[in-house]
Amino acid sequence: MTLGTLTNIQAREVAKEITLRHGASRDELIPILTDVNRQLGYLPVDALDEISTLLKVPKSQIFSAASFYSMLSIQPHGRHVIQFCESAPCHVQGGREVWAALQTELKLKAGETSPDNRWTLKTTSCLGLCADGPVLLVDDDLFNNVTPDQIAGILAKYP
Amino acid sequence: MITEQRIVTERVGIVDPEKIETCIDHHGYEALRKVLGGMAPADVIDVIEKSGLRGRGGAGFPTGTKWKFVAKTPGDRKYVICNADESEPGTFKDRIVLEGDPHTIIEAMLIAGYAVGASEGYIYVRGEYALSKARLVKAIQQAEEKGFLGKHILKSDFNFEIHVHSGAGAYICGEETALIESIEGKRGEPRTRPPYPTTNGLWNMPTLVNNVETMANIAAILRNGAEWYRAIGTASSAGTKVFTIFGQVNSRGFFEVPMGITLREAIDTFGKGLKLGSTFKLAQTGGSSGSLVPPNLLDTPMDFDSFKSGVVMGSGALLICDENTCVVDLAKVLLNFFRTESCGKCNPCRIGNQRAYAILEKISQGIGSLNDLKDLEMIGRNLYEMSNCGLGQTAGSPIRDILAQFRPEVEAHISSKACPAGICAMSGQPVLV
Repeated sequence: MTLGTLTNIQAREVAKEITLRHGASRDELIPILTDVNRQLGYLPVDALDEISTLLKVPKSQIFSAASFYSMLSIQPHGRHVIQFCESAPCHVQGGREVWAALQTELKLKAGETSPDNRWTLKTTSCLGLCADGPVLLVDDDLFNNVTPDQIAGILAKYP
Repeated sequence: MITEQRIVTERVGIVDPEKIETCIDHHGYEALRKVLGGMAPADVIDVIEKSGLRGRGGAGFPTGTKWKFVAKTPGDRKYVICNADESEPGTFKDRIVLEGDPHTIIEAMLIAGYAVGASEGYIYVRGEYALSKARLVKAIQQAEEKGFLGKHILKSDFNFEIHVHSGAGAYICGEETALIESIEGKRGEPRTRPPYPTTNGLWNMPTLVNNVETMANIAAILRNGAEWYRAIGTASSAGTKVFTIFGQVNSRGFFEVPMGITLREAIDTFGKGLKLGSTFKLAQTGGSSGSLVPPNLLDTPMDFDSFKSGVVMGSGALLICDENTCVVDLAKVLLNFFRTESCGKCNPCRIGNQRAYAILEKISQGIGSLNDLKDLEMIGRNLYEMSNCGLGQTAGSPIRDILAQFRPEVEAHISSKACPAGICAMSGQPVLV
């Protein structure tokens, strides 16, 4: 489902289906939010509202959880999300140079989405892949031992 | 010459983590049979206590004592939680076990459940560890089919079930009370302690929370005995430790050795030495909340007590840095981590980390003052003394270490407006942070 065609009703339907699949109880909230985020690309207000109604939990508390975790987003993203590890191990193993190259190539800073909606650039904390750093993720694809001169080639794979 | 001794990672790379039979062929579930075959819960706790096992999450709390607390607390329901929210930068020891030998975790949780009187367990896996989660789910299913999980396990009266719960990206959820809040479907904000989870944990019930590496020692201790385990390692810290090594070394990866290895031994033997042309400047040990270790501490044996000499073992992460590392730049990266991962619940941590980061940014642009260093010291003290949980309490350690061990280099950024390592931007302009 692409963002352009997502309607309020569709967001509610997806949220309802996932909530009922997990079982409408409070301790399923994080798994529910994770799955809705995965399917829709982010957590629209209507989806949060639907989850709130089904779980009988105030909207404020649903929003509070949804806005806390880094793998969840309350903002829509570009078509491809780049996550760059900014923790110390990757940083001293060449990550500093890769991060500079990434920002130059994309003309974006951390947290920004490109005007053509192709990219969202994000930083992430350590992914536990330090023996292969610097690492970055494009959507679900992992790239390790990345060097600045590989950036253009990596980006070209994602139209 | 130091050689590996594998207990935690004994079966990693030897068994097929997706086939329970290969695990059973290598002592899998033998300890569970022994325990259910005639040991009283108190006897099990006694063995763990006598073994000297201490929690591998970083703090080193005696595991047997924790088990005893949960066992003696009355409760209609009790829970066993395995903390697999490994997020400490530089640490991937738990991932190695979760991906390579998930059954050792399941077996340990069963034994822990029997010992403390719990019949339900949760494994809280960090959201980013998709393969770990998939392997755990498969392993649980296979253990159920073999009768190791479920009702009347191995024809005994003991029942136990395990749920796998994924995180959604939050370093703070490695803190045990934040982890519990997250399972309950809330923001991962640490609770005020006491009360501790041992009495008031998941859904306010007595709860045992142990790290993956701690759990991965349990079955081996019960198979081989407390004395066997106690004889490995150092006086204060029994057993082995899984370390991860990377940075400017020739070989990067993990290794498991008896407690008490020195940094020099780790670099020479398992890092295969420094990269050609590199000279050792410092090691960042134990993850972001650990310590920055200068060359004069290269021969300090690492265990749970070595923090007293300035070397924090913590999670076992060893980041080896050479002369091309700037301590201001490194501290900035570490404080950026803490300001990002602070949950925001308590002021000293939420504001202190942001302030410390802003000052370090200023110094790295060549516009810092000597008064800024006094502010940094004050913020570091406040973080340690006033933060609600371990994140804030240890977030000031990079500041403490660079000012204690590398002060001339920090001051050069201020008085000479120069970065001796040639890393910092030194633009002379403020940067919005």
